[in-house]
Amino acid sequence: MTHTPSHLPPAITVFVQGVGLLGPGLAGWGPGREQLLGTAPYQATRCVLPPPMALPQAERRRAGAVVKLSLAISEEAVAASGLQASTLASVFTSSSGDAVNCHEICSALASSDRLISPTRFHNSVHNAAAGYWSISSGSMATSSVLCARDASFAAGLLEAMVQVATEQVPVLLLAYDTDYPEPLHSTRPIPDSFGVGLVLAPCRSDITQAQWTLEPTACLSSLPADRLDAPVLEKLRQDIPAARCLPLLQGIARQQSGRVVLDYLEGLQLVLQVAP
Amino acid sequence: MAHPLYPLRLSHFTATSCLGRGLTETLDALRARRGGLAPCNFDTVDLPTFVGEVAGTDDVVLPAQWARFDCRNNRLALLGLQQDGFEAAVAEAAARHGPQRVGVFIGTSTSGILQTELAYRRRDPHSGALPADFHYGTTHNTFSVADFTRHHLGLTGPAVVVSSACSSSAKVFASAQRMMRAGLIDAAVVGGVDSLCLTTLYGFNSLGLISEQACRPFDAARNGISIGEAAAFALLERAPARPGPGDVLLLGVGETSDAHHMSSPHPDGLGARLAMEQAMAMAGLRTADIDYINLHGTATQSNDAAEAKAVAALFGTGVPCSSTKGATGHTLGAAGGLEAVVCALALQHGLLPGGINTRERDPALPIHYLTDNLEAAPRHVLSNSFGFGGTNCSLLLGRAG
Repeated sequence: MTHTPSHLPPAITVFVQGVGLLGPGLAGWGPGREQLLGTAPYQATRCVLPPPMALPQAERRRAGAVVKLSLAISEEAVAASGLQASTLASVFTSSSGDAVNCHEICSALASSDRLISPTRFHNSVHNAAAGYWSISSGSMATSSVLCARDASFAAGLLEAMVQVATEQVPVLLLAYDTDYPEPLHSTRPIPDSFGVGLVLAPCRSDITQAQWTLEPTACLSSLPADRLDAPVLEKLRQDIPAARCLPLLQGIARQQSGRVVLDYLEGLQLVLQVAP
Repeated sequence: MAHPLYPLRLSHFTATSCLGRGLTETLDALRARRGGLAPCNFDTVDLPTFVGEVAGTDDVVLPAQWARFDCRNNRLALLGLQQDGFEAAVAEAAARHGPQRVGVFIGTSTSGILQTELAYRRRDPHSGALPADFHYGTTHNTFSVADFTRHHLGLTGPAVVVSSACSSSAKVFASAQRMMRAGLIDAAVVGGVDSLCLTTLYGFNSLGLISEQACRPFDAARNGISIGEAAAFALLERAPARPGPGDVLLLGVGETSDAHHMSSPHPDGLGARLAMEQAMAMAGLRTADIDYINLHGTATQSNDAAEAKAVAALFGTGVPCSSTKGATGHTLGAAGGLEAVVCALALQHGLLPGGINTRERDPALPIHYLTDNLEAAPRHVLSNSFGFGGTNCSLLLGRAG
């Protein structure tokens, strides 16, 4: 027996107020937008992570790649939104934590001297980036820290859109992955760092870049996920879980109206309606 | 700001920890004030500490079709799912709502990282490669436990792991509640699973936060945590208009961040206080309505001091409180789920469990800390879970009828 709701729940609509982007050959949303449009050339050069200047000096010294990446995409997205980071709820989603740090810990634990440093340990938690972000932004609002392996972007987007809809507040979504050192790299061949920051709000404003809508009872689908036309960008989408967002970003760049299908869990995709 | 009330029912729940397998053993241990902490004999760990190990975890065999998920954390997950008829209750919910309308939200801090720790001992001496039988994605990866749970229960809806250290499996209740309010799902399997591993034992040791004795929350002589492991689950559904007598309801959730420090709480427990206030606001309740608080109560000097300030600022000495970590150890990412189940048992059985191992209450912590069990008829209880990175979550559970 399948339950049939007597009335359908209202559609969930959010407005994209700010975008941050950093990845191989992608040095911000300004140039990234042109690259996704095809009006600027794209080459997958090594991602450059800026130092996290927003952090106090002690924390800055301890910050690894995940923290640098997440703070950089946050800064760009929040600045574009015109909102104060200190007021924002946040969703952090990543297919893994800081893999360099994990490698160092596992190496130490497999050695005769199992001493690991306190900094290594507190950087090992999946919410390390959220903790550093909360310290640097001063935001005491809720932060959801998620992992769904290759589905992490869509899982984070779902959580963020649902929060915007149910709480009627803007939410900062940060999705990011960094590459793994050997020997873990062979078991999880993520080639480089990629991160996207999105400020999603419940209302449209002058600076709205796109509108995204989910139908709560019809957004999960077996339709195939959208692919990118440019092979080098499609490779990026497939290689790094956080880059599964690229069809949505390309939709913003193209001021697209219509349907976007994103990779989610095994055999299950997430369907959105997008509009400028 | 208060939300419209959106109560959920914990239609079914279960917990497995060092106190025992399932609700009956857990309740018996709480009634008898019997803890499960013992000197650490886990793997090759050479630290002088106590742990709350779940006996028999490594004897659990995953069904052959899920062999790729085999690791201690998923063995513990399966052991937990098999208690109290939980699998059958989920199957009924999936039949009622459709398997795609049941979400999976599991909290864990380290998931199956032990599998990687063990694999690093078996690296190829020449190439450094990890052994061929190591499956990163279905064991070590943080999502592995939710992925396994989803596959094992035959659910096909949204699934995610919440991994915010020691608040993880409290925050799953909030994510599930929001997704139900938004109409994406009609039911959710929420829970927490965290298992012993060297990363947390040696990691907390590096911070000087591991006690060499069985931990003593809110004791004047407390000196650190004892690490435990647990698997706790609840099936959440929209509460019926007229809940049955004894039904346990999720009435409110509060979630905040400290914005203070990576591994120390805000000294005045400001984020913790805001989380409790939010949970009460969502439930439409006041401090006078709260009958018991299951404290985060890890037994470190600074955590207990900060939480006591937060609780005292809101409740004074008026509300009985305790930490059950003296009995279970700190089960980290599973603590929120485990202690939500302890609260559900308190509501259904009229038992406020006194904290064990606490010999002399710290006179500097001005709260009503129970060191003996109290028979009562609580209607509303709070469960606090706070973690590294300054993440705070407070659940407000109530009893219908």
